[in-house]
Amino acid sequence: MNIIYSDSLIIGGGLAGLRSAVACADKGLDTIVLSLVPVKRSHSAAAQGGMQASVGNTKMSEGDNEDLHFEDTVKGSDWGCDQEVARMFVTTAPKAIRELAAWGVPWSRIKSGPRTVVMNAKKVVIEEKEEAHGLINSRNFGGTKKWRTCYTSDATGHSMLFGVANEAMRRDVTIHDRKEAISLIHKDNVCCGAVVRDLKDGSLTAYVAKATMIATGGFGRIYSVTTNAVINEGIAHAMALETGKVALANMEAVQFHPTPIVPSGILLTEGCRGDGGILRDKNGHRFMPDYEPEKKELASRDVVSRRMVEHIRNGHGVDSPYGKYVWLDISILGREHIEKNLRDVQEIAIAFNGIDPADAGEKGWLPVLPAQHYSMGGIRTDKTGQTYLKGLFSAGESSCWDLHGFNRLGGNSVSEAVVSGMIIGNYFADYAKEAILTISTEEIEKELQKQDAYLDSLVQADGPENIIHIKRKMQEIMNEKVGVFRNGDDLQSAYEELKELVVKSRNISLENKSRGNNPELADAYKVQKMLKLALCVTKGALFRTESRGAHYREDFTERDDKNWLNRTLTWWRNEEDVEPDITYEEIDIMRMEMPPGYRGYGKKDMSVDHDDTGKRLADIEKIKEQNPDADRFELQELLMPFELPENYKEKNQRIGEK
Amino acid sequence: MGRELTFKILKYDPHQPEIKATFEEFKLEELPGMTLFIALNKIKEEIDSSLAFDFVCRAGICGSCGMVVNGKPQLACRALTKNFSESDTITITPMPGFELIKDLSVDTGVWMEEMTKRVESWVHTDEVTDISKIEKPVEPELADKIFELDRCIECGLCVTSCMTKLMRPDFIGAVGLNRVARFYMDPYDNRDADDMYELVGDDNGVFGCMSLMGCEDHCPKDIPLQGKIAHVRRELVKAGKKR
Repeated sequence: MNIIYSDSLIIGGGLAGLRSAVACADKGLDTIVLSLVPVKRSHSAAAQGGMQASVGNTKMSEGDNEDLHFEDTVKGSDWGCDQEVARMFVTTAPKAIRELAAWGVPWSRIKSGPRTVVMNAKKVVIEEKEEAHGLINSRNFGGTKKWRTCYTSDATGHSMLFGVANEAMRRDVTIHDRKEAISLIHKDNVCCGAVVRDLKDGSLTAYVAKATMIATGGFGRIYSVTTNAVINEGIAHAMALETGKVALANMEAVQFHPTPIVPSGILLTEGCRGDGGILRDKNGHRFMPDYEPEKKELASRDVVSRRMVEHIRNGHGVDSPYGKYVWLDISILGREHIEKNLRDVQEIAIAFNGIDPADAGEKGWLPVLPAQHYSMGGIRTDKTGQTYLKGLFSAGESSCWDLHGFNRLGGNSVSEAVVSGMIIGNYFADYAKEAILTISTEEIEKELQKQDAYLDSLVQADGPENIIHIKRKMQEIMNEKVGVFRNGDDLQSAYEELKELVVKSRNISLENKSRGNNPELADAYKVQKMLKLALCVTKGALFRTESRGAHYREDFTERDDKNWLNRTLTWWRNEEDVEPDITYEEIDIMRMEMPPGYRGYGKKDMSVDHDDTGKRLADIEKIKEQNPDADRFELQELLMPFELPENYKEKNQRIGEK
Repeated sequence: MGRELTFKILKYDPHQPEIKATFEEFKLEELPGMTLFIALNKIKEEIDSSLAFDFVCRAGICGSCGMVVNGKPQLACRALTKNFSESDTITITPMPGFELIKDLSVDTGVWMEEMTKRVESWVHTDEVTDISKIEKPVEPELADKIFELDRCIECGLCVTSCMTKLMRPDFIGAVGLNRVARFYMDPYDNRDADDMYELVGDDNGVFGCMSLMGCEDHCPKDIPLQGKIAHVRRELVKAGKKR
């Protein structure tokens, strides 16, 4: 029997997991990080455009602060996020970026004096201040009031991930890569670790720990077209769901990025539009100003994706064997800018499409179409990152903490990953320090044997179904029927078809019967798990009869705060079930710092108000009147107090501030 | 109809040493825009479900999929089949220089972690940073130069392409020397040439390089490796002479 003990066990070696590992190591804990791949290959590395943090250094971010970042994040979420979590996040983000700078991340820096930028398709000269020289630069991104997205060209996630991974290695954190956790070990509502399969030789090991964290990113691969890496299959989400104790929240909140390149679905960063790139239709017409005259290409991602699909539906898409698409034009930014700040985009376009986007005019236009990109939903946690199962935490994209609600802003993903690693990582380490393990080796062995028998049953099965066909079918259903635009009929039929696939997935046979390094066996247990997630997404979308953020129902186009200002919770109660159970968690307006309002896109009267909205607005006015001398920090504290670990609540210094 | 391609792939599982390594052939019809990522997955899903290989981002960003294709080390995700037009047969073998896991899958993770620790690939400083305060300024041109070297994705192609590595199994490779060059110019890192000499001032380090330039030829990120290795070598010769 293979058992490995540690104080803390972190499943997932991307930014959130590694930053949490650093927090554990700094508190003297014996820490193990498990990863499917060498940690520096984690999908955090693929984040291109940047990280939001209100450092406010550049001319175009003057006046930026936590309050504006908070407002943008809440509006972006369509009021679905947890506002206390948003406050915790925006307060820590500037500290995260400065910590990363000290760890060697080569952030792009400001050069004082004039510089030319492209805004609204025109060249404009801005003047950077002398005192900002050498400080961290930031670029524009969608849905933000200020230029707040800090970057290293368009390889920001890569630089951040290497910086944090280096720090974890410096602290001698134990990293075991090519390991896949397949089930959680728990007893009396307490998590004690996981059963883990070695992807090199197929052997099983129990990793037993006082505290366990899931930081495994998103689950985009349940869709056929996604920007996500091939490892983003949500296996750890399903593993948590399968305990029956943990809920997955807001799984229907799936982000479709506007500009993946056609047909590979590889991401082209929002930085393309942030830096001044525009969208054109088959006639070369720039169409976004027709729909969103104010924010144009820089409306939030859900809005831009819908407008693109709408415009194509109106007959303005470019025809191709891969379906219709529109053009992304960054050639107007000029070769020099592209080769310095959008070089991965250029590399990708040349390598996969044979197009150099720096070529002037039509020649450089890139074919783009919205595709699955990010999972706002995930494993439901409290503000410290702990799930409903004691001792099990989750951080980063895999969690529903819930920073993003129903739509995430560009630049808030890697930012959340590293910030949640700081905040949740510290809460996690504090928990692990105090926790005591009470599980016996007998109980551990029982779970190991159960998984061993399960894998045996998969290789021995001789049913008629083929697991790869089931996987393809699931991915197509999700793409066709649970996409950018959704409606009751499609969702209902998707739901029924997925349930049938669950039954089929339990009636397969494998060609390759090896228990060792056998990719087909891995597909067999993974697809069974992925189907559970697909059903959670689809059921959440089917039941939510409103439109909020990225969840858009053609048959229920209004945001309905009266009935739907809540968080969807999906559960898998029994192993043999073929569908999830669904419950809801109310979001309390009376505790909000910013009650629901107009988001800034489309028509103004597209929502149904909740009775509490007016009450809370009146409360807030009263608090403001009663405290006329309060500064912005004091007022914030009066409206919605929040806590942070370490010294993360300290005020963030900016140019021109004391 | 696209042309019929023959993929000749080395198959071997070290966990089953009784089965000898063999080249197996797989035939596929070429599709427009087909990459080796698409082709290998098609082979796995339609012909041989036991075939092992590594991809993660499939966009040339993560460095997982280094393979030797028709004798040339490269990232398989970016390799378009149409660029192999001289013959309809494409031969793929795993990267040498790393432990073989199975077929085309090699273990770069353990090697790269060891390298990271050998060159202490992190910022060394006594300065304590107050993360609530404005960050230390860095000249924008210098930040760009550091980023240029920071772009390394540790794919291992430079190690696979290196003749010194063939002769000296413990050679740190261009990837390791590039790390030294990168931190040596980082203003946050206070290591000097003497400190770096301690790390790589020997034949398994910067003095082992024979300047055959295989690393730079195959670097998918076009990092100027040879110039940087030469620079580190010159700095460390100076430091060594003072000893």
